[in-house]
Amino acid sequence: MAMMQLREAINLTLHQEMERDPNVICLGEDLVGGMGTAGGPEAIGGIWKTTAGLYAKFGADRVIDTPISESAIIGAAAGAALAGKRPVAELMFADFIGVCLDQIWNQMAKFRYMFGGKTTCPAVIRVAYGAGRNAGPQHSQAAYAMMTAIPGLKVVIPSTPAEAKGLLASAIRDDDPVLFFEPKALYATKGEVPEEEYLIPFGHARSVREGEHATIVTCGQLVGTAEKAADALAKEGIGCDVLDLRTTSPLDEEAILDSVELTGRLIVVDENPPRCGLAADIAGLVSSKAFAALRAPIQMVTPPHTPVPFAPELEQAYLPSVARIDAAVRAALSYR
Amino acid sequence: MQLSRERMLQAYRQMKVIREFEERLHAEIQTGEIAGFTHLYSGQEAVAVGVCEHLTDDDYIISTHRGHGHCIAKGCDVKGMMQEIYGRAGGLCKGKGGSMHIADVEKGMLGANGIVGAGAPIAVGAGISAKLDGKGGVSIAFSGDGACNQGTTFEAMNMAVVLKLPVIFLFENNHYSEHTGVDYAVGTAGDIASRAEAFGMKAWRGNGCDFFDTFDVMRDVIDHCRAGNGPAAVELDTERFFGHFEGDPQRYRGPGELDRLRAERDCLTSFRTKVTEAKLLDPADLDALDSDVLALIDAAVAEARAAPRPAPEDVLTDVYVNY
Repeated sequence: MAMMQLREAINLTLHQEMERDPNVICLGEDLVGGMGTAGGPEAIGGIWKTTAGLYAKFGADRVIDTPISESAIIGAAAGAALAGKRPVAELMFADFIGVCLDQIWNQMAKFRYMFGGKTTCPAVIRVAYGAGRNAGPQHSQAAYAMMTAIPGLKVVIPSTPAEAKGLLASAIRDDDPVLFFEPKALYATKGEVPEEEYLIPFGHARSVREGEHATIVTCGQLVGTAEKAADALAKEGIGCDVLDLRTTSPLDEEAILDSVELTGRLIVVDENPPRCGLAADIAGLVSSKAFAALRAPIQMVTPPHTPVPFAPELEQAYLPSVARIDAAVRAALSYR
Repeated sequence: MQLSRERMLQAYRQMKVIREFEERLHAEIQTGEIAGFTHLYSGQEAVAVGVCEHLTDDDYIISTHRGHGHCIAKGCDVKGMMQEIYGRAGGLCKGKGGSMHIADVEKGMLGANGIVGAGAPIAVGAGISAKLDGKGGVSIAFSGDGACNQGTTFEAMNMAVVLKLPVIFLFENNHYSEHTGVDYAVGTAGDIASRAEAFGMKAWRGNGCDFFDTFDVMRDVIDHCRAGNGPAAVELDTERFFGHFEGDPQRYRGPGELDRLRAERDCLTSFRTKVTEAKLLDPADLDALDSDVLALIDAAVAEARAAPRPAPEDVLTDVYVNY
């Protein structure tokens, strides 16, 4: 075990996976950084420092620094995956999915199905997502709910450095296309991480806190927010069962339903806007499959139906907070 | 370089298979038995065959919505394709893709594609893979004069130059992007190859209604890329004998245009004239191939019509490898 930042855990995983499998390649904008400049290659080492050192170790053919061309980056990942490689493409911000949606939605997500199951597309798209860094409306979105709605994709959202390492290794070894959402507000947070290789399987939620009064379902950077709310409530004798989904596609329906059967109360905490989002999706699941267990209306803690604002006060008002989760748990408990 | 008799017969046969496949589909679609949208390749056969006759299974192509010709030329099973277009369980894609998504990745055919301009970035990825594999493979993006206006094509051309990839951007200029003329939609006075040159790659031009011209041009293009010189582009001038899609009333055509194209720009006619006048092949050889091909297409249609349809529960399979 070693203490490392989330970005370092991702960097270590990329090194280990590229070492292990020569078919793994990385591509993206400023992945190397400094190409064509006086500073030279690795002057940057990736804008988030997640790809530092890869170029020096694995060379330009496998660590491909691209122009700013998101459609070509993701299309190239799709084509390389069809042609036998395991590309790990990086989009600097999840918001840039908007630039290359066709290659994700109409191409890689559908290859296997529309070609009759005769091919695989083992591509990973790493994106930095989320609010909390005052990056404004086009650099702060969560976007994983939209991706979760697309059949053919898998969607992974790690919440800690150790989770990021095991989930990214699984993503790279997976034979289906995977969207890997890195919570950029947590890049610098530290945690204990096993240095050796390990895999965290998809579709298995992580139990973060156990409790019998209310179930809190969340993922990504909001796991930490939910933990804080649950710890405070626990001091009052209110026990929250906190689930970190890890992957929203596949979704661990069983863990959610089992917990709601136990607690009878559900609070879904999600960073996507409320309409057609993850919270509504899970609320629909539980109301259709565990209706009899519910003792209170399902509480959805999400941002409002607005873009992500810039000013710190506005962004804090936008993001689900400890106070809002606390209020949602209390609302559920006071219903009856 | 003079082609062997066998290779000439093979090229003619491939072009004839594509032509009869498409002409027969045109007729069968009128019966109402074939669902969905179909875009026919008749008139452009010299391009698909003039390109793919240079390729092996280590070379990749990615096609367009008008993809039947590229599929056949790259070696996709004709009967499996017909079943796919009829939506049968035994189709090349189990009836899940249909006309616009026929693929055979084992043969280097990375799929027809329903999104105009989507193929060029995917070809860049296959080019990355081919370069890493180091076997001299090339990756070819077939695009039309419509796709040449998509930003994806521009991004892909620049990236292929920057990364020095063995990718060929092959533009089939059939003068119509759907129902719009090339002189209107392509701002470089209808000239596509010059755009590729502006991105920093060498570009060739050829007559896409003449097999021999296309084949000769493609030899130079493919040699250039196999030698590690980076990407290249080709613009082939060709003709579309049918509408954008089956059912297109083609009110944009001029008087007598289609009759004139079939009389003056038919690659099968020009092939036959050239090889028989030069006494390279005997008309009887070509007649025999014509009969074989007609029998193949008859059998493909009969088998497709009789083939079992997919079961409703098949909708659920092939989404993921595991989930």
